[in-house]
Amino acid sequence: MIGIHHYLILSAVLFTISIMGIFLNRKNIIVVLMSIELMLLSVNFNFIAFSSFLHNIAGQIFVFFTLTVAAAEASIGLAILILLFRNIRSINVQDMDKLQG
Amino acid sequence: MLTSVFFYLFAAILVISAIRVITAKNPVHAVLYLVLSFVTSSALWIMLNVEFLALTLIVVYVGAVMVLFLFVVMMLDIDVEAMRKGFWRNLPLAAIIGLIIVVEMIAVLVTKPLVIMSAPELANSSVSNSNQLGFVLYTEYSYPVELASIILLVGLVIAVALTLRKTNKNAKYQNISKQIAVTHIGRVEMIRMKPEVEFKLDEKEIAE
Repeated sequence: MIGIHHYLILSAVLFTISIMGIFLNRKNIIVVLMSIELMLLSVNFNFIAFSSFLHNIAGQIFVFFTLTVAAAEASIGLAILILLFRNIRSINVQDMDKLQG
Repeated sequence: MLTSVFFYLFAAILVISAIRVITAKNPVHAVLYLVLSFVTSSALWIMLNVEFLALTLIVVYVGAVMVLFLFVVMMLDIDVEAMRKGFWRNLPLAAIIGLIIVVEMIAVLVTKPLVIMSAPELANSSVSNSNQLGFVLYTEYSYPVELASIILLVGLVIAVALTLRKTNKNAKYQNISKQIAVTHIGRVEMIRMKPEVEFKLDEKEIAE
């Protein structure tokens, strides 16, 4: 029988994979953005599992808003990425030193 | 029994596609594997009787956000080989940190028994999942819905404002620093000159 444990462990594994993705592809900012999307998906998995097993609709409402914020975040991140590529012709994180930080 | 089979099938597909997202050489393949993982997790959500959000995930994420990603990846000219530098060097550190995180998370789940673990799902309730969401979304959570709409509006405006290119010659823009720097010197000039038209008094009118 599939209990809540299975879903939570799956979500933990997914979250770990996405953290490893950020470590492995530090230079490629597109893969970093995709890893962030995967992380949000794993958090949504937790919300959905608890919401379904506890018979409480609030978790699903929260997932709704997480999806909204994630969509806005993806669009702004990609807009910044396009602007950056137009200016420095690269998406390598190490080339992003224009602000002299 | 059938539920278990399907759960393990979808979970395996999800984990493998997530691993392929972070290890794929070509970013286009990574985006396509991300689409696969979203579709698979949508199937898993349907198994939890969360139909509305599962369909929203497909429509909004796969249909809009992932297509946006795909467009951007195809538009940019990416040097794949330079991006892969340091992948193998970072692998041991990433593996150690990932192992620590996953062991910690699973240890928390396994050692402390959750009281809710055997609760049944929202299987045979009389109202559908979308109906349940609709009952609370516009009543109890109406202010968060408005906030979410503002967030989406801000995202729209920012995305357009960032990527807009000012190439249209007929368009008129304000140069704010120029406007602020204006003094009277540039605008008004005092000159000394003779009158252009002589004003003559009419002799007859004076006589009258």
